[in-house]
Parts: sequence; structure tokens; C-alpha cells
Amino acid sequence: MAGLELTSVKKSFGGVAIIHGIDLSIRSGEFIVFVGPSGCGKSTLLRLIAGLETTLEGNIRIGERDVTTADPGDRGVAMVFQTYALYPHMSVRENMGFGLRMNGVDKDDIRKRVDRAADILHLDRLLERKPSELSGGQRQRVAIGRAIVREPEVFLFDEPLSNLDAELRVRMRLEIANLHKRLGATMIYVTHDQIEAMTLADRIVVLKDGLIEQVGSPIELYDDPDNAFVAGFIGSPRMNFLDAKVVAVEGDHTTVSLVDFDDIHVRLELERPLAVGSAARLGIRPEHFDASAEIALTVPIEVIENLGGIAYAYARTEDGNPLIIDIKGDRNVVEGKDFTARFDAARAYLFDPETGLRLR
Amino acid sequence: MTRTLARLLQAPSVILLLLWMVVPLGMTIYFSTIRYQLLYPERSGFVGWSNYEFFFTDPAFWPAILNTLTLVGSVLIITVGLGLAIALLIDRSFPGRGVLRVLLISPFFIMPTVNALLWKNMMLHPIYGLFAVFAGFFGLEPIEWLKDAPLLSVIMIVSWQWTPFAILIFITSLQNFDSEQKEAALLDGAGFRARFIYLILPHLARPIAVVIMIQTIFHLSIFAEIFVTTSGGPGVQSTNLAFLIFAQALQGFDVGVASAGGVLAIILANIVAFFLIRMIGRNLAV
Repeated sequence: MAGLELTSVKKSFGGVAIIHGIDLSIRSGEFIVFVGPSGCGKSTLLRLIAGLETTLEGNIRIGERDVTTADPGDRGVAMVFQTYALYPHMSVRENMGFGLRMNGVDKDDIRKRVDRAADILHLDRLLERKPSELSGGQRQRVAIGRAIVREPEVFLFDEPLSNLDAELRVRMRLEIANLHKRLGATMIYVTHDQIEAMTLADRIVVLKDGLIEQVGSPIELYDDPDNAFVAGFIGSPRMNFLDAKVVAVEGDHTTVSLVDFDDIHVRLELERPLAVGSAARLGIRPEHFDASAEIALTVPIEVIENLGGIAYAYARTEDGNPLIIDIKGDRNVVEGKDFTARFDAARAYLFDPETGLRLR
Repeated sequence: MTRTLARLLQAPSVILLLLWMVVPLGMTIYFSTIRYQLLYPERSGFVGWSNYEFFFTDPAFWPAILNTLTLVGSVLIITVGLGLAIALLIDRSFPGRGVLRVLLISPFFIMPTVNALLWKNMMLHPIYGLFAVFAGFFGLEPIEWLKDAPLLSVIMIVSWQWTPFAILIFITSLQNFDSEQKEAALLDGAGFRARFIYLILPHLARPIAVVIMIQTIFHLSIFAEIFVTTSGGPGVQSTNLAFLIFAQALQGFDVGVASAGGVLAIILANIVAFFLIRMIGRNLAV
């Protein structure tokens, strides 16, 4: 087990820069999740750590070792691939023991370690089967087993659950979480699914266009996003953004008016006051609308998605901007009629409309 | 009712196929049991096994069998070995890959007769041939390939023609090789040798089986290359079964003995096919 240190890591393909310089420090035993939209470079970053792509600039250290130019097999990392990448001509046992065999571990030792990993993953009865005789979930477990057996310093997961059906995905997610608890190993996990990110991660790294947007624990990212991208990416359904204008500043209180709802003012506490008349964007999460709150927005409801316990109302402001409201299962809200959604100013976030940065 | 109808509807094609196979086979067997000398058409009649006896006891018979097996075996080893090596070598992206592939595969599109002529006059010829030029450059005595190593010459010619076939089959199969599997093996610390033995060879088992089957069928009956270059000689050094049958029929004008040889060739092909299918049939079943 070891920590991991990335220092201004850069990568480009055919002159197109994919990773623009990443600095990241991962503690030993941490579960780190890379999230971001497709094309943000999260998989490339994982492959750089694995050694499957060559690092153009910068340094990668695992534990005390500089592995920037080391071969993938010498880095002490194991990877679980999206398509599992099991060896089709080998049995489950041979698949799991292949890495050890390549590293010259003796047969009895391989047998023992494979048996132990199979026990952890409940693969005992499948050891003599071929990958083609296994279900998707079982193959996934074998792929994880292949990683465990090698007792690597760092586990890498590349969207491991994206080929499974919804129910199995939830189960495997729990298994991976338990595995991390049990092994206490350093794990890096790439996903585009924010539920996986929120439930598994000790810390989430949000990536966009080859740059880190924010690093923090799931709750930190949810409660205290640094910019509009992170605020919109973390949380489901995504945060609502409303155009606002600063109308008054008194001490550390700034009052903005919502452009789409002209006479509604929101009074926020800011450390750094803004200039009167400047533009801003106000963010409010769907689940932070609350019937007993002070500020009221009246909007026509277009569609309601009712899931029983929770229900989301999709509305549109007069200027056509979408607004999603969690109506907490309120059965009185009707499609096509006006609804008054309420929220507290303390729940709102303010962002710079140009840079997307959080205004605190 | 429907079964009978189905049988009836299938009947024409089944009967046609049967005739297609049975009539020539029947005629060959029939000819092999009668006296049928083109020079003495008046001598005819049933002769029993004597045509077979004549063919068997021909001093060229056992050398021909041996030459046939040597030819097939050597060509298989060379084409599969070289085919694998070249396919692995060009299975990556580099500039000019498309052109190189076309060049590599083109020998397969040359007619066997033309191929043999080309080798005979431009490569192996002791005066004008490329090999002779090379030998002369190093101050060596040029080898008279067709005289001193006739069977080896034929093996070279056939291998040159058929290696591209193996390359073609192997390269298409290598393209389906899962790149994540290769990456997983890299992370498992497997070097090129280990990846080749444990991943690539099992992946190629089926195409290798296909190449061996098809080539064996074709190489058992090689004729044009021998006819054009060595005419089976010197002596019977490069005579294979197909050429021996030709020599009996059209040089000895003895159709009866040639037919007996033909029947023997069918039996030999079946024996080889039986072992082949047992040996590699398992790979095809997977």
C-alpha cells in the first residue's frame, strides 16, 4: 500500500493536449474517484498512472518510487478494465494467477493466494470455469480478483460497473466499498456516474478538459463547490442556475434581484462584496426548495416525475430558463398549473457568470 | 407429409451433387481395373489388381509418396512460421502500412504457372538468376538449384506463393485481438514472449487450423510448379503423387495405371484428412 503523487503531469495525443498539468496528492489507503464528462481526460489520467500511456511531462510517484518511466508491470498497480479484459483461454484460476506466475511466484503460493481472493469474492465454485461460462457480474468479480491476488500498492478501476445492469451495479458498488474497507488499499476509480462517485469516494477529483476543477470529499463538493461546473456536476438532478443582478450592498450582505423574476430580491452573506449593478448567477439545488422558506418563486409546472417518495417538477421561467424543483411528494402540485416554490437565501450559491467561479 | 415434401424438393440438388461426385469416382475406379493403354487400344478387358500392382511396384512410387509428404510438411512449417512472424511484425500502425500489406499479399494472386516460371528464370537460374548474382557478388559458385536441390526449389516456390495466404488470415485475426487484454497482460508483467505464448497463440489457434487444413488440401495435389520447373526430375527427385499420375497417364499413355494411382491419391488424401481433423478439429469446435 502506498500513496501517490502527481506533479504537473501533461499528456497530448498528436499535438492535441488532453491533460494540461495535473497536480494531485493521494494518501495511502484513500479511495479516490475521478469524475467528469466524457472527454475530460479522466481515463487518460488513469492510464498514465498505470503506465499504459507515456507521460509527456511531469512526474508520477507511487510511494517513495518515481515510476514516471517504469513499465506497467513494474509499478505495483493493478487495473480493472471496463470490458474486464479476462484471458478467454484460461480458467478463472489461471486468470487470477497469471500475474503472479509472470512474476515468478511459486505454484503453491499462487494457489493459496488465488484461493484467498476467491474466498473474499465468493468465486470458490467458479475457479475451474472459463470466462465465457460466467455472467457479467461474475466476470467483473474475476477481474477484481485478478487485481487483488497481486496485492498491488494501488488499485485502478476504469469504469468497472458501466457494463452491468442497474441492480447488479448497486450490488457491485457495495462489494467494492466493502473490499476497500477490508483491504484498506489505495484505490483510484474512474466513473462518469456521480452516484458511484458520491457513495464510494473518500475524495472526489472533478475533471474538465484535462484540468482539475476541484478536489474534496463528496460532501465538501456538494456543500461547498468552487465553481458552477462542480456545482452542476455534483448533485442530481443538477443545480438550477438563475440570472441575477446585484442591487444593493450593505456591509457583508449583498442583495441580488433575479432577472427572470423581476421583483424578487435575495439577500446573501458574502465575504467579498460585489459592485452594485454587476451580473451574477444564482444557484439553487432542486432539493433545497422548501415549502416553509422565505423567498417565493411562482412558475408554471410543465412536467412532474413522481417516484413516490420523491417527485421532481420541471418548470420554465418566463424567459424560458428551466427550473427543477423537488416537491417532496406533494400530491397537490399539478402539471400545467402555477406553483410557488420557496427557498432560503442561505441555501443559494452565487457564481460569476463569466468565469463560473464561486462568489463567496 | 412435410418431411416427404422436403425430401422431394431437396432431391434434385442432392442427386446432382451425388452424380457430380460418384460418376468421376466410379469411372476412375472402373478404369483402374481394366487394361486401358492408349497406344494399344485393341488390348482391353478386366485385369483385376494388376494396375495397382504395377503402380505400387513402380520404383518411382515410394519416392513420390515421400516427396509428397515432405513437400506438404515443409511448406506448412515455412508458411505458418513465416506468416506468423510477418503478421505480428506488421500488426501495428506505421507509415506505408497499407502499401506494404498489398505488396506482401500480392504473390498469392500470381498464377502458379507464372510463379514457377518467374522463379525458374529470374531467381534460381544459375546464370541470370538473382541467387546466382548474389553468389557471384560474394565470389561463390552459383548453385544449380533445379538440378542440385529440385525438391527444395519447389518448396521455396510454393512457400513464396502461400506465405501471403497465411499472413492474410493471421493479420485479420490479430486485428480482432482485444487491446484491453494486451494491456491487462502488460500490467500483469507479461513480456512479449509470454503474451505470445499465453494470449496470441491461443487466440490464433483457429486461424492456424484453417490455414493448415486449406493448405494441406491444395499442396497434396501440387502440379504446375513441378511441371514448369523440374518435370519431376532429375530422376524422380521432385516427383510427387500428382506428377507421377500425370507421367503414367500422359507420358506412359497408360490410363489404367494412372487411374489406379488416382484411387491411391484419394486414399492418401483421406488418411491425411483423418489425422488432420483429429488433430485440429478440436480447435475448430471451440
